[in-house]
Amino acid sequence: MNQAFLDYYSLEPLTGWIHRTLCGVMPEDWAVFLEGLVIGVVILLAYALLAVVLIYMERRVCGAFQCRIGPNRVGGRGGLLQVPADVLKILTKEIIRLKKSDHLLYELAPYLVILASVVSFSCLPWHKGAQVLDLEIGVFFVLAASSIGVLGILLAGWSSNSKYTLIGAVRSGAMIISYELSLGITVLTMVVLSGTMSISGIVESQAGGWNIFRGHIVAVVAFIIYLIAGNAEANRGPFDLAEAEQELTAGYHTEYSGMHFGFFYLAEYLNLFITAGIATTLFLGGWMPFHVAGLDGFNAVMDYIPGIVWFLGKTFFVVFLLMWIRWTFPRLRIDQVLTLEWKYLMPLSLLVMMVMTVFKVFGLVF
Amino acid sequence: MEITLQQIVFGVVALMMAVCSVLSVTTGRILRAATALLFVLFGTAGLYFMLGYTYLGAVQLSVYAGGIVVLYVFSILLTRSDKNMNRRIPRGRWFAATVAVVTGFFLTVFLLFTNGFALNTVPALVEQNPAGVGEALVGMDKYGFILPFEAISVLLLACMIGAIMIARKH
Repeated sequence: MNQAFLDYYSLEPLTGWIHRTLCGVMPEDWAVFLEGLVIGVVILLAYALLAVVLIYMERRVCGAFQCRIGPNRVGGRGGLLQVPADVLKILTKEIIRLKKSDHLLYELAPYLVILASVVSFSCLPWHKGAQVLDLEIGVFFVLAASSIGVLGILLAGWSSNSKYTLIGAVRSGAMIISYELSLGITVLTMVVLSGTMSISGIVESQAGGWNIFRGHIVAVVAFIIYLIAGNAEANRGPFDLAEAEQELTAGYHTEYSGMHFGFFYLAEYLNLFITAGIATTLFLGGWMPFHVAGLDGFNAVMDYIPGIVWFLGKTFFVVFLLMWIRWTFPRLRIDQVLTLEWKYLMPLSLLVMMVMTVFKVFGLVF
Repeated sequence: MEITLQQIVFGVVALMMAVCSVLSVTTGRILRAATALLFVLFGTAGLYFMLGYTYLGAVQLSVYAGGIVVLYVFSILLTRSDKNMNRRIPRGRWFAATVAVVTGFFLTVFLLFTNGFALNTVPALVEQNPAGVGEALVGMDKYGFILPFEAISVLLLACMIGAIMIARKH
């Protein structure tokens, strides 16, 4: 297949030129430091902007699924001004210090959650050559970094010194640690198919066809398991029993106010986005355009759409799927959540991984 | 000597690790000690990343920071822990602790100065290939680790069966 579009896509000449220009006017260490600083600001800005977009999307999707017209009317045309108003409000709210809490851990917990989220966020493949953290072990690093978030939740629940937060924290701890297993095994399944752990490598291995087509039935089953486990990892319904409003007020972040609560909220939405982004990378080809073998004219048109549009489009499609699940299914009980994982999902994902390995060895994948 | 960016980063990480290690043994609250330990483990992972051994760094993050510390915090949450552990320490224990600290300090200094500093032995920021790690892990050659790998797998299986037997309701 003609793969010239890979060069046309690449942003590497641009980034290389910026680096060389900076090295021309200052020592290399300073240039690297400056680039790191700029990239960090860009990541945080993108993080905050995407959160606003996702919250707006959640309101609209939720309203549509529940047949409500509220989100379309409140806050100007299409409800556009409601989210900025909420952002301004949460930024100006007072951060309340609890009397009988462990202040250090209470204030540290939201930062741990947001740290795990931002680090995994910066591994996403936005475009060819526009990836911030591109390690040889990319997806493994994402799993490792996102496993720190649960610590923030546990610390938040404990240090608030309240029964609701503690129950919420223990629930979410039990759930997230369990679902990390089937998440990791499905990711490993796709690593077996791609033959590499590097995120850019995984995307580039899909130049001849997305993984969900290359791995056919096995990949589809793995995709569904990944979506279920990823939904649980992001603490969202029907697995949102860590913050079950009806029973626990707000779960582990009941006692938080102002921007500290905002951090938990941001991290929840961005974890949704990261789950969807990794799903896009592993199954839907990352920034790769959609190609049909044989239709060269169609493929050439698809190549003109830049990679970031493809990536964001696919990611928001997966986000929409996850929101659909959230607003359709009722919340599970904790024992049902654990039964689903340990008795069904994990054995199934192990089986899927074995089948995928056998298929790969005998060349039964495309 | 010119100071490079990598040395500055190393200094910051090392300082953080040193401060947090001291904090984790001097703080009076057990959950704060676990949190300080978490930051020491972050620092260790950071050092592995600086050496380019990203695989080990990610293992450090997921197994120690995301696994062991979560286990600690979970068991602290589930048990009744004293809020304050600042008790008086018996004189005998003070003496033993001092001897251990002084011996450890001199042993480290001795090792450092007899072996010299390994400044340029590791290529900076060159990533190790994870495929090599995997092949060594299940390799049967001279530097293969298939036997310990299998032994640990059997050990973990035994632990799991034991835990299920203990937790099972009769």
